Amino acid sequence: MRADLLNRMYYDMLRIRLVEEKIAELYPEQEMRCPVHLCIGQEAIAVGVCANLSCDDYVLGTHRSHGHYLAKGGELKAMMAELYGKVTGCARGNGGSMHLTDLSAGFLGAVPIVGSTIPMAVGVALGALMKGESRVTVAFFGEGAVEEGVFHESVNFAALKKLPIIFVCENNRYSVYSPLSVRQPEGREVFELARGHGVESFQGDGNDVIEVYRLAGQAVHKARQRGGPVFLEFKTYRWREHCGPYYDNDLGYRTEEEFQAWRQNCPIERLRVRLFKEGILTEQANKEMMCRLEAEVQDAVAFAKQSPFPEERLLMEHVYAS
Amino acid sequence: MAKDPAVYLMGLGVPDPKGIFGTTLGLQQKYGGVRVMDMPTSENGMTGVAIGSAIAGMRPVMTHQRIEFALLSIEQIVNQAAKWHYMFGGQMHIPLVIRMIVGRGWGQGPQHSQSLHAWFAHIPGLKVVMPVTPYDAKGLLISSIEDNNPVIFIEHRWLHNTFGDVPEEVYRVPLGKARLVRPGRDVTIVATSYMVLEAIRSAEILADVGIEAEIVDVRTLRPLDEDLILESVRKTGRFVVADTGWKTGGFGGEVLALIVEKVFDRLKSPPRRLGLMDCPTPTTPALSRFCYPRAIDLVSTVCQMFEISVERLNLSRWAVSVPLDVPDPSFTGPF
Repeated sequence: MRADLLNRMYYDMLRIRLVEEKIAELYPEQEMRCPVHLCIGQEAIAVGVCANLSCDDYVLGTHRSHGHYLAKGGELKAMMAELYGKVTGCARGNGGSMHLTDLSAGFLGAVPIVGSTIPMAVGVALGALMKGESRVTVAFFGEGAVEEGVFHESVNFAALKKLPIIFVCENNRYSVYSPLSVRQPEGREVFELARGHGVESFQGDGNDVIEVYRLAGQAVHKARQRGGPVFLEFKTYRWREHCGPYYDNDLGYRTEEEFQAWRQNCPIERLRVRLFKEGILTEQANKEMMCRLEAEVQDAVAFAKQSPFPEERLLMEHVYAS
Repeated sequence: MAKDPAVYLMGLGVPDPKGIFGTTLGLQQKYGGVRVMDMPTSENGMTGVAIGSAIAGMRPVMTHQRIEFALLSIEQIVNQAAKWHYMFGGQMHIPLVIRMIVGRGWGQGPQHSQSLHAWFAHIPGLKVVMPVTPYDAKGLLISSIEDNNPVIFIEHRWLHNTFGDVPEEVYRVPLGKARLVRPGRDVTIVATSYMVLEAIRSAEILADVGIEAEIVDVRTLRPLDEDLILESVRKTGRFVVADTGWKTGGFGGEVLALIVEKVFDRLKSPPRRLGLMDCPTPTTPALSRFCYPRAIDLVSTVCQMFEISVERLNLSRWAVSVPLDVPDPSFTGPF
């Protein structure tokens, strides 16, 4: 694999990580007054998939989509300002962390109702096809979403019409505090569900960005050739609490051992080790990268804090489109 | 569909031989299976698909043969379609029309005869239309398709059989404007959907005792034409709303509240509202006949306002011998 691609994916993952950690650091200031669902630990999936997409391709996300937004090319300042509820936010403050959007980057939108963006992503793929466009659409969601009926309705229809859509399931084993074992029967892998609907499905290591990139690349290629939808299940792990900036392993819904095992499996660390070993990245270059990224994140925070709030008159604007 | 290639139809049975009570006949032959799309029995998913296609630049028109089927997709309609324009700061719009049909009669029963327009009219971001006349049905549907917002277009099954002049060419009836059906000086009857026909019948009966009723056909429930309704009540001082939904928590209450808020000082008697009896609609015609407000109930309500006893009216000349569970004798079931 080309060194520049590896470097770029490393950079993109690191950027997401630094943004999320900065949000976690500043959240107690109580100026980001909306729920945040951080993707720390899951960065490789967003980056590996989006590295195969152009800004003409479409992505829809969920409440945990800071990483998807950034990996797709969404503007960092606008995202930060959105979390701060400012009028310069990507959704003018109306959406917050759970409703990011950046049309110029092809990140259409995200909603926190589990499963709800899946049929919409299928519809986006249908619409693009009906308009004769060659875009591919990606829907990101967690493994809880495959328990929603609407997931099955969407996959059935996508298979029926051979739509250019890739379903990317980030299986992080937990739906808030509920483990997979109380939600889905044992001995059945998540990706098998889509296979049962007639969709070509694969499973991969969600913390290996190269594997993600490869599987996603195959899926995107197939979709572009009008070969039909693909379902990708990536196994990963959420480091922090479901919603909020802290760690919550003390609550006991998962063991410290399990957490530590996944902590050692950090997607960024894994790639860094490889890049150092292969001489693609040096310690110095890594340090410089971190400095640049930290400065960019500081800038974005400053922009957000200095931006104005929306005025009262904007409350009733955009209820209807003209 | 001829004017704009982005317009397409989706629904269970849109290309089938019955053509959704005749409304989609011939369209698939003319426009093909992509633009006239039958769909899997997945109302929730397919509503999401319609919304997504609208985001991508299409203009879907979805149909549910009964409003009840749309209940499976309430999440997509209320959380998504109604809100994407607002919650993303006005950057995308959802030009989606969802036609829903209100059933009645021939034992439709509890799950094929509800009129849930009040629910949709409650949601900011949705527009809600209930056409009555054939002329309005075409003009309002064209306006709804051209509107850049999600429009819930509710057709009453008993209005599908009515006749009226409909021009061949494209024309528009604007959303947000009520229709003055019949001017009158004595009482304002505001009615939705099929109740407009009952209101017209009641006006004929009331005229017999010298009460001239002014009838307003709401047409668009959201946004509501407050001006026309309020102006009428200012003139007459008396008000009754006749709605096709249940009385409690129904749309009639919304209009009545508006009257009390804004023209209370002009009221000569307490405003009234009529709606369905507060029970699921039973299937047996022996009972369903008591569920629906009819012209005679409107007449009785208005007579109370004028302290006229209903016995004064010679009602025998208005008696009809058709069963009450069909819109007219030509209807022989089953759907």
